[in-house]
Amino acid sequence: MTLAALFFYGFASVCVASAFMVIAARNPVHSVLFLILAFVNAAGLFILAGAEFLAMILVVVYVGAVAVLFLFVVMMLDVDFAELRRGSLTYLPVGALVGVVLLVELVLALGSWVVTGGVTRNLAAPTPPLATLTNTEALGLVLYTRYVYFFQIAGIVLLVAMIGAIVLTLRHKPKVKRQIVADQVRRTKASAIEVRQVRPGQGL
Amino acid sequence: MNDLLQDYLPLAVFLGVAMAIGLALLVAPFVVAYRRPDPEKLSAYECGFNAFDDARMKFDVRFYLVAILFIIFDLEVSFLFPWAVAFGELGWFGFWSMMVFLAVLTVGFAYEWKKGALEWD
Repeated sequence: MTLAALFFYGFASVCVASAFMVIAARNPVHSVLFLILAFVNAAGLFILAGAEFLAMILVVVYVGAVAVLFLFVVMMLDVDFAELRRGSLTYLPVGALVGVVLLVELVLALGSWVVTGGVTRNLAAPTPPLATLTNTEALGLVLYTRYVYFFQIAGIVLLVAMIGAIVLTLRHKPKVKRQIVADQVRRTKASAIEVRQVRPGQGL
Repeated sequence: MNDLLQDYLPLAVFLGVAMAIGLALLVAPFVVAYRRPDPEKLSAYECGFNAFDDARMKFDVRFYLVAILFIIFDLEVSFLFPWAVAFGELGWFGFWSMMVFLAVLTVGFAYEWKKGALEWD
């Protein structure tokens, strides 16, 4: 168990340090790269806690997709790097406030967990021990049957996000010619060409 | 618990080796490379004339749309993994709940296709 503790302190310290660098780095692209490092270390922490599925989803979704999205946003902002170098950490008070609120929430949740004791007995679907069932399977057993409404709501939220993104950002240039295969196939000799008699000495 | 962590030992070894190789390749040039800097060598190079603009420019918003659509389908697939693992015990209800979920997202996919969001121009 000491090796696991060693890995825990390694992942945790790198995670906290890179999270600090996210707000301290002057270059926003570096911030995003530090954010990726923080995500990967958080995935390591999840594995140490036994939450395999969550760790893999963190790597696939957050590192693979959300971080790329953040990079696009950073590049779309057209930030003035010279201006950024002057002032940093100006938003520290607001950020610290959000951090303190999160910390208080965590302490309250964990504190009630410790004080009341038998919370695990009152859970709707307690986590089965890892020896009998893998993490992913335990999730699959309840997500699609017992929590079917939440699952369908998740689908609708994804649909709304998809339609919202298209409505907000899709601007087609007018007069762009696209390939429409059906139109091409439907063309016949009669509709495509026209034969005319041209008399000598006269144009059409 | 410990069995689970033991499964991840190769990954830890892999991480260690990757970090060692990466660090070695980063540090080696500082140690062994021949260095004689000069202002012309260090300045930005643009073929034939002096650089007149910043290399950074705004990204087109269309990249953002592609990335968002990618994330949405990524999340859809991530919902499929536990379903596939627990498929044997789920029964018909679990099967159809996933089919409804996929149908809802297929509506979005059809909309996206019809609006031409998958086309570049």
